[in-house]
Amino acid sequence: MTIDFKNVYVQGVSTVAGPYEAKGPLRANFDKKYTKDLYCGAASFEQAEVKLLEDSLKILLKKTKIDKKEIDLVIAGDLLNQITSSTYAMLEMHSPFLGIYSACATSIEGLLIGAAFIDGGKIDNCIAATSSHNMSSEKQFRNPTEYGSPKPKTATFTATGGASILLSNKPSRIRVVNGTIGTVIDYDQHDPFHMGATMAPAAADTLYKYFRDTKTTPNDFDIILTGDLGIYGKEILKDLLKSDHQIELGDQYNDCGVMLYDLKTQQEVLAGGSGPVCSALVNYSTIIKGLEDGTYKKVLLVATGALFSPTFVYQKQPILSIAHAICLEAI
Amino acid sequence: MEKQKYEQLVQKHNPKESKGKNAIIAFVVGGLVGVAGELLICLYTHWLNISRNDASVYMIVTLIFIASLLTALGVFDKLVSKAKCGLLIPITGFAHSMTSAAIDYKKEGPIYGIGSNIFKLAGSVILYGVVSAWFFGMVRYIIEVIA
Repeated sequence: MTIDFKNVYVQGVSTVAGPYEAKGPLRANFDKKYTKDLYCGAASFEQAEVKLLEDSLKILLKKTKIDKKEIDLVIAGDLLNQITSSTYAMLEMHSPFLGIYSACATSIEGLLIGAAFIDGGKIDNCIAATSSHNMSSEKQFRNPTEYGSPKPKTATFTATGGASILLSNKPSRIRVVNGTIGTVIDYDQHDPFHMGATMAPAAADTLYKYFRDTKTTPNDFDIILTGDLGIYGKEILKDLLKSDHQIELGDQYNDCGVMLYDLKTQQEVLAGGSGPVCSALVNYSTIIKGLEDGTYKKVLLVATGALFSPTFVYQKQPILSIAHAICLEAI
Repeated sequence: MEKQKYEQLVQKHNPKESKGKNAIIAFVVGGLVGVAGELLICLYTHWLNISRNDASVYMIVTLIFIASLLTALGVFDKLVSKAKCGLLIPITGFAHSMTSAAIDYKKEGPIYGIGSNIFKLAGSVILYGVVSAWFFGMVRYIIEVIA
């Protein structure tokens, strides 16, 4: 399902990064960085994630010079059970709130919903926000955080941070052009340490549908980014699009998980970054900046999410995936 | 793409894991932990003038203490990433699994946190350790009865 938007613009963005992201190549682009440790001054990792999201919302309001009373809607989601990071961070906003979940594809899902509300004339503006935290996810999805078990090279590293974007119907320099809502995909993948292989088919499916519906090709974009496929998933996606749909992704294609860290010096991230905030940190810090300063004219952002829980994995169910796409254009 | 064909595509891009190298590292490190244990037993029998049986209990307690302390200091998981499973298979790994779980769930309180989660990883080891001890005990008993 591809939707066109006529009257939706990006008013501002904010990014708050954790210590590993602050050491990465995009460090200069983040609004705030916590460099000391993963607690970020909070009492627990979960509360740290709430703080990261709260910070990003506060910074966004400050940067866009808008009062929180003027916000019509906040849409947010994260990885923790019952999306608690998002709900707790909303308490101080006092704004109408919709909680959403599509794992690491949450940021684009929020953008699509917000843009549809604005384009439909129901609201004037909307914040879409997301967060993730390396340790709170590790604790929920894998082993205790201090437990050291060797991981395969295909494993990805959940990014730590909070990121928010403000959309409205007031014209700005960046327009939301259109987007594709993805479908849930099953390729019989069972390895939670190879999310790239799980999510690449979802990215391929959504990209194919986007290009088909909008009658565009990869060459129409200055940059095409997937969310968190990692170095191996990236190659799988390229091969899959080529063999199934004869679509060739060239040099304009990259993956946010690969861009967020320096994979040579930060070897602890293995195949690259993941988590809902991974794509949001890259897109909102670097890509939006590029659209503002004229580096990019038109970009296609695809966030990929692995839909599963430890319970379903232990019950031998396949790991499902989804990908949502959105196109932004500088005007 | 068919699921089977997709699996081949995934395999094509799979990085090579140096399993042989990891196994050798684990073998050497695990062996060194064994040597350290033996040294401790020798030292304890020598210094404290106790039996070898008593000294091995002291040795186990010492290794558990060291592994737990290093876990609490946040060092042990980094050592494991270098030493592979060499530090996880001996008693140090067992202590590490319990301490790391306890640290993780400290914030949820002594009952619903530490108490109910400390055996999160170690529980399987204990359960199947006891079951297999019973099984092999029975095997040994039957053999002795027959003999």
